[in-house]
Amino acid sequence: MSSTAPWISDWDGDGLDTDEMVVNMGPQHPATHGVLRLELRTDGEVVRAARPHIGYLHRCFEKHAENVDYPGVLPYADRMDYVAAMGNTLGFALTVEKLLGIEPSPYVQTLRVLMAELQRIASHAVAVGTYTMDIGAFTPFLHLLRDREKILDLFEWTCGARLLYNYNWVGGVSHDLPDGFLRATRDMLSEFDSVTFPELLDLIIHNRIFVKRIAGVGVCPRELAIAYDLSGPNLRGSGLAYDLRKDEPYSGYQGYEFEVCVGTGQYGPVGSCFDRNWVRVAEMRESSKIVHQALDRLEKMEKADVHEKVPKRVKPPKGEVYCRSEAPRGQLGYYLVSDGNVNPYRLKVKSPCFTAMSVFHNLAKGMMIADVIALIGSLDIVLGEIDR
Amino acid sequence: MSTPTPVRGLIHNRFEDGVIVASADQLINWSRKNSIWFMTFGLACCAIEMMATGASRYDLDRFGIMPRGTPRQCDLMIVAGTVTLKMATRVKRLYEQMPEPKYVVSMGSCANNGGPYWRHGYHVLKGVDEVVPVDVYVPGCPPRPEALLYGLLKLQEKIQEDRVLRKRGLTVGSLAGATLDGAADQPVAAGKK
Amino acid sequence: MDAPAIHGALAAAFGDRITGADLAAVSPFAIVEPLAIAEVAAFCKADPALAFDNLMCLSGVDYPKETPPRMEVVYHLFSYRHRHTFALKVQLPRESPAVPSVEGVWAVANWHEREAWDLFGIAFTGHSDLRRILLPDDWEGHPLRKDWQDPEYYNGMHVKPTQQMQERALGGEPIGVGPFDFTPANRSQEEP
Repeated sequence: MSSTAPWISDWDGDGLDTDEMVVNMGPQHPATHGVLRLELRTDGEVVRAARPHIGYLHRCFEKHAENVDYPGVLPYADRMDYVAAMGNTLGFALTVEKLLGIEPSPYVQTLRVLMAELQRIASHAVAVGTYTMDIGAFTPFLHLLRDREKILDLFEWTCGARLLYNYNWVGGVSHDLPDGFLRATRDMLSEFDSVTFPELLDLIIHNRIFVKRIAGVGVCPRELAIAYDLSGPNLRGSGLAYDLRKDEPYSGYQGYEFEVCVGTGQYGPVGSCFDRNWVRVAEMRESSKIVHQALDRLEKMEKADVHEKVPKRVKPPKGEVYCRSEAPRGQLGYYLVSDGNVNPYRLKVKSPCFTAMSVFHNLAKGMMIADVIALIGSLDIVLGEIDR
Repeated sequence: MSTPTPVRGLIHNRFEDGVIVASADQLINWSRKNSIWFMTFGLACCAIEMMATGASRYDLDRFGIMPRGTPRQCDLMIVAGTVTLKMATRVKRLYEQMPEPKYVVSMGSCANNGGPYWRHGYHVLKGVDEVVPVDVYVPGCPPRPEALLYGLLKLQEKIQEDRVLRKRGLTVGSLAGATLDGAADQPVAAGKK
Repeated sequence: MDAPAIHGALAAAFGDRITGADLAAVSPFAIVEPLAIAEVAAFCKADPALAFDNLMCLSGVDYPKETPPRMEVVYHLFSYRHRHTFALKVQLPRESPAVPSVEGVWAVANWHEREAWDLFGIAFTGHSDLRRILLPDDWEGHPLRKDWQDPEYYNGMHVKPTQQMQERALGGEPIGVGPFDFTPANRSQEEP
């Protein structure tokens, strides 16, 4: 070794000859929540530019919707956001009912709210669980999935399916609650409220390592969130308290008492990954409150026929409608154009994850590669919904 | 496939309990089938059920089945979910990156034959067996975790019948020895629909 | 503001470039001349009374059988400040439809417009990066058009379902007949 060669430690940053590298993440990747391909242009470990590529799960939902009849669209709608299937069919049923001008009975509306909120708890459990797994903590994933299984048991008891239910029909729901359901749900929720939720907060959410990992990362200011049409927990994590269940209530939500959870920047700037995750965690508690209220109502209500207002043949009049609902991942919108036939003429779905992904290239600039993983998990994307 | 006849030979019954005599094939296959490492190839809804199968209620780890993120360290690729035409080239490439002997389980009706998207899905591959050879098909939309477990147990039975020492990757009735353009080493029906 | 008031504000600002409206529909909309849409969009966002700061959805629709045959781009708008919604529509000819991009007004339109280009073939002039988003880059055609025909193959893979699949699914034959299906009834068919 020549004594005249310079030591690396003597060089300053400007002297080093560096080059940008293009790193490809995905489409098969354990931490991208589905088949997402990210092209990252990095300078060492720091991302200079990011380009997401989607479409690896494009299953032609909109084409199918044009070729099957309205009740037949429901199974396909389930499979878009497959982690939270109740929300998809609820949105579609509400859209068609808006065009048809029918409103289901209060009993059916309460059932819909009950199932939607149970689904919200289950969906956020998967979101938070897989997020912590991406960050590196494996245990909360197993705990949350164990508790999610109890919710899936309830769903299976009601309608026969664990994941993709085809439950919310146009005008009603597919199955009434079985006997004993109310007590079983109360038991499950009491365990959730007293054991699972405090354990979740204790184990991971206020965990110093978790907080340090994500509290200053991926800050999305409010204006950027509105410009890129973030919605749901992503928008509320940036500080804007807008929840469709409170501001444009549907299916009887106006009668329930719950709070809108907003990111307050308790550990870092408002709109960071922690805030978005915190909104999801807090929403699990609010959903549990709503389910308790729904169970109280159901105990006092007379059982009604859940198929009472389901039309024999769904044939909306010629027209179009845009209807949105608060799915666990954000604002799910359906734009339905009907020409009077039994098939929809055009059904366009505005997926909340699609718009959440569109802000990704903006937020990922300047991050390290490991923080990119934290960012994707905090946006809580499901590729089935992005690609439809 | 009848159960293989136990090996009897010169040393049979010459030792007390505690000494097991088996053929090398049986022993190797027994150890291989109880330690299947699969590549997490979750594409769509079936991926959630695959995750649930690996979680604590329907534990996969008790069978020795463990997920690995990289194809280079896997025996098994569980194609869980819809394969689209855009994704199909990646499925094939990842299959080629797996070392022999390798197996493929097609989980769910989308991977079996296109599933509910078979008719109007212009971007859906009508069955992953158009690009990779499949060993076990697990039907369902999505298959219950118990169904996936049954499929994996059937794969274990298949692995037990493998003849590793004769020719690598060649099994009775398996497609693992076949090349991807359809020519098989043994005259076995390809198992396509 | 309700729909008639919004329509009134737009008509006052743009006159006859707002060519029509349907305010009695379930989701009221106004029809805008294609070349004016970028200005109208900017006005909708900047005007303090309208303040449409959020583009909820941008959809393409294909109407080949109307007279005249047309394609539409529908913009659904929402205002977080005033909490009102409205929709704008643009009607384009079916051959090489083109409309100015509203990416400069609402950043989320970037991806929505790419999707409309991908699935319908609607060109958005002034878009920074108009390329396919959902389908592969070498895909030919725009599938959500009403006159789309499935091709036979794409890079060697079947696109249109094969005759065998159609017969099996629609004829009700049991699927699962093959060498590994040991149901005695099916054993005799399709022996290798």
